[in-house]
Amino acid sequence: MAEKTVATTSGRQVASERERTRTQERYVSPPVDIYETPNELVLLADLPGVAPNDLEVRLEDDILTIRGRAAHLRADAPVYQEYELVNFFRQFELSEQIDQGKVSADLKHGVLTLHLPKTEKAKPRQIAVQVS
Amino acid sequence: MAQQWDPWREMEALRREIDRAFEQVGLRLPPLFRTAFLPGRAAREYPLANVYEDKDTVYVEALAPGLDPASLNVSVVRHSVTISGEKKGIPDSVKSDSVHREERAAGRFTRTLELPTEIDENKVRAEYKHGLLFLTLPKAEVAKPKQIAVQVG
Repeated sequence: MAEKTVATTSGRQVASERERTRTQERYVSPPVDIYETPNELVLLADLPGVAPNDLEVRLEDDILTIRGRAAHLRADAPVYQEYELVNFFRQFELSEQIDQGKVSADLKHGVLTLHLPKTEKAKPRQIAVQVS
Repeated sequence: MAQQWDPWREMEALRREIDRAFEQVGLRLPPLFRTAFLPGRAAREYPLANVYEDKDTVYVEALAPGLDPASLNVSVVRHSVTISGEKKGIPDSVKSDSVHREERAAGRFTRTLELPTEIDENKVRAEYKHGLLFLTLPKAEVAKPKQIAVQVG
């Protein structure tokens, strides 16, 4: 069995590939809840371990980008580990019905709350029916 | 002579090809990457916890975003620490047909962790920061190692 652990140069050679200078960052998509009220869309995203300064919420060309860097509260290695904090990244495409200038964000207890107000045009209008 | 068929090498080559395929879509994961890091909807232990230890203290960091701090309850009995609380989801006032996505797990939970040593119950501190619950659990006096001076005769 021992010789099988030694890399042999015989046989086929795999061509080496280009590498990037930086190792790739790892991201995960945070789970989100999105719900609608008459005036706005509300987005809730779980971002545990992300400090407010390490969160970037960007809205550009109808694309909403959420990017967060998560960090453990202790720097040393755990003696028992069930999870690892990885950076978060997720994008959403917003429709034109969102008033993109009025989006507000709030990060509390590791949950990002985004309020995405609808444009006046998109808000439902109740029309009173006159009964004569 | 033709090269002998070696299943180990075949498997290694296959593994490398799969790795490369994942690398191209930006999903390269180191071998020890732990995927179980977010609260899921399955009936598994929640919250997930990491345990740290130094000479005098045990620390527990639990992954629990979005808890209602008022509902959070931590209790310690000798070797074990129990965390319970409630995570709020979409408010009840929202009608189900107004929900676009519901991916975050929500609800009440309780979890008991067994710790490596006995804990001094009176000195336990709990913090809730950036969605992580951090417990500082000083070891009980009886559990601390005693240094014994060696007499040189």
